[in-house]
Amino acid sequence: MSDVVVTKRSKKQAMGKYGRIGKVLDELDDRLGVAKGGRSFLDKIFPDHWSFMLGEIALYSFVVLLATGVFLSLYYIPSSAIVTYHGSYLPLDGQSMTEAYASTVNLSFAVRAGLLMRQMHHWAADIFIGAMVVHMARVFFTGAFRKPRELNWTIGVTLLTLAIVNGFLGYSLPDDLVSGTGIRIAYSIILSVPLVGTYLAFFVFGGNFPGTAVLPRFFILHVLVVPGIMLALVAAHMALLVRQKHTQFPGEGRTEDNVVGTPMFPVFMAKTTGFMLIVTGVTALLGAFAQINPIWQFGPYDASRISYAVQPDWYMAFLDGALRIFPAWSFHSFGHTIPLEVTIPAVIFPGLVFGLAYAWPALERFVTKDVAMHNLLDRPSSRPKRTAAGVAVLAAISMLFIASSTDVIANFFHVSLNTVLWSMRVLVLISPFVAYPIAYKITSELHATRGSGKRKTANVVTRTEEGEYVATAAPAYADDVAHDLAPTPVPQFIETSQPDEEPESGVRAIDR
Amino acid sequence: MSEHHEHRTAVSLEGLREDDPHLQPAARNPQLVERVIALTLLVGVVLIIGFGAAYWVNAAPWTLGATMGGGLFFLGVGLIAWAKYLMARGPFVEERHVLATSQDDRDAFAAAIVERGGGVVKRRRVLGGLVGGGLGAFGVVALFPLLRSLGPLPKGTLFHTDWRAGSFAVDITGRRVRVGDLAVGSIVTVYPEGTQNTDRGQAVDQTVLIRLSNENFTTQKGRESWGPMGYVAYSKLCTHLGCPVGLYEQQLQLLVCPCHQSMFNVNNGAIPNFGPAPRPLPQLPLYVDAAGYVRAQSDYHEPVGPGFWERA
Repeated sequence: MSDVVVTKRSKKQAMGKYGRIGKVLDELDDRLGVAKGGRSFLDKIFPDHWSFMLGEIALYSFVVLLATGVFLSLYYIPSSAIVTYHGSYLPLDGQSMTEAYASTVNLSFAVRAGLLMRQMHHWAADIFIGAMVVHMARVFFTGAFRKPRELNWTIGVTLLTLAIVNGFLGYSLPDDLVSGTGIRIAYSIILSVPLVGTYLAFFVFGGNFPGTAVLPRFFILHVLVVPGIMLALVAAHMALLVRQKHTQFPGEGRTEDNVVGTPMFPVFMAKTTGFMLIVTGVTALLGAFAQINPIWQFGPYDASRISYAVQPDWYMAFLDGALRIFPAWSFHSFGHTIPLEVTIPAVIFPGLVFGLAYAWPALERFVTKDVAMHNLLDRPSSRPKRTAAGVAVLAAISMLFIASSTDVIANFFHVSLNTVLWSMRVLVLISPFVAYPIAYKITSELHATRGSGKRKTANVVTRTEEGEYVATAAPAYADDVAHDLAPTPVPQFIETSQPDEEPESGVRAIDR
Repeated sequence: MSEHHEHRTAVSLEGLREDDPHLQPAARNPQLVERVIALTLLVGVVLIIGFGAAYWVNAAPWTLGATMGGGLFFLGVGLIAWAKYLMARGPFVEERHVLATSQDDRDAFAAAIVERGGGVVKRRRVLGGLVGGGLGAFGVVALFPLLRSLGPLPKGTLFHTDWRAGSFAVDITGRRVRVGDLAVGSIVTVYPEGTQNTDRGQAVDQTVLIRLSNENFTTQKGRESWGPMGYVAYSKLCTHLGCPVGLYEQQLQLLVCPCHQSMFNVNNGAIPNFGPAPRPLPQLPLYVDAAGYVRAQSDYHEPVGPGFWERA
């Protein structure tokens, strides 16, 4: 044995035809049987459309959240114990504050890259929920939630709900003056639930507000329970996507029974990895240049202090708006109080909005009696009623979003708060009824227009030598031309240079 | 095996003719494209190394973010450009597999559950009932101690504050307020003595003390003795959602909650005249003792803060 000279060449031969990678795959396949499935996974086709990357933004923001969140959890202390601050941020020197607030200030100023990580985390959270909402709108307006994908829609709505809850929990953790006020409001909202509200509030907070249990509890919910559930649901969301394959827009060679696009490896993998880097990069740039939630300026929470113009993070704003404009309709009778001025806008209303989202696939099927499988997407214009309904809901929620800054609007435009309040009340109530017919009209008109869904090409007007003006259509965009080409199957094998070798497995033809 | 050979030539870049629509316009000159992409990636690599250097020297946060973000951004752009301009473009097609299996499979599946499982349960109803009942009981029984340990029962907590008959009103530093301390129109946040630095004092007992005149001040019928020497005290907890009613509009004599803009008129018993708050701020009956200190006659006569079910 020892006299066998191992040369580089013989080593390579011993490795087999595909070198080290082939060897590793052989070993893996012996144990797990991954070759067949792995190969077909690499060939998996992903349809190409810009709107399909909205979900990817959400996914990659989630990755950024997990990574930066782990960093933050190494330095954050979820404790309401009172300490006296003696850190590197001098304006707060000597102030007494909770350990939670002190540790957040410390990780912002004393931990290397701590401030960057905190700002990236906060930005990523705002982007995450934003991307989820826009992704949800895409799925809604193109009818991608229809059979067979109702379950994935349900998972998606759950993910959005959990993301909003977790966003609020995380926002509360620094225990600064603004977020502490947010917790106070959350306590009062839980308190407003009829019959069991008091008990709920006492069990969530471990007693009367503020108590000392809330920060540790919010912390463990924020870093373990909710993200754990979300991680499982994201995995399920992806698994269903792989199992059911992606939807696609109608086009040349696209049918209900195929998928047209680019293969997983290498094209989609390169694009999506690049996109992940861009999402992370943009989040880091925002964290570097756009200040977000400077808690050291707000000061530590003190239940008897408050600052002017307290607004929540953007995804809670529609609830804050609803709380602002809802009239003071408290219900007192039989020795009990139902604070309808809180229960309706902050408990019943969001319940209805998310309930409607959950129920939509079933509602639509009930109305259209459409039980067929759908892999081809609708253009929003081809379903005017659904599109108009979605626009109406978005219009009302946008108005509530604006209503969360009534005081800022009144100040900025020098109008009375009363005028702003009543304007917002009217706008919230009438906006869906105004938006619906407008959206319906526009989408039906668009649908009737020939060539809708295609980019318009320019009309080139030229003047002939005789002085005559001639309009000719400019050639279509190269992208659009390629889009309309007849699709081909992914090349499976190529002929190897030595014809005597078995072409059982081969170099992928597209691995450039 | 090589039936797709023709397709291969159609998608590999070298095989494309100048007028082939598969060819990206930018890929007419792949060498140039490759160089541009290489440059982009190089910028990314340099910035990533810069991030390491910036971290090493403990540079300002924005430098860290700029180098890291810029580096990842350029790497991402380069990678996507590589995929878009230099990789096979397609479009490629793949058949969808029908997810549904055959009726036979479904029947077999259903039969296994209904007949096999059903048979077992039917023959052994008592056993099945006991297992199910035991697990159900565990679920219910586990729920109660779990919930119950999360917090104390509310009992009367929400109905009372720490104000007692004779409580001294102190400010945040613990100094007792005397009748000469406030000029007319002034305001101070007070707590029952001893709670000023506690969570409960700040969250529940916080009270605004306003001096409205130099004479005894009556805000409402029946409260003739509550405002000695013009001193009037209201709970600082907004009756809407419990934010501190922290803004005092001296000209309009309104207490304003900055959260949702409820406004309370301090002259007439803090009846809300704007915003979502449904009830007046509870008023604390005061007296001035012989030494001139402002003190509470009793606790509030009603629960402070936002509404809840048990509140009458």
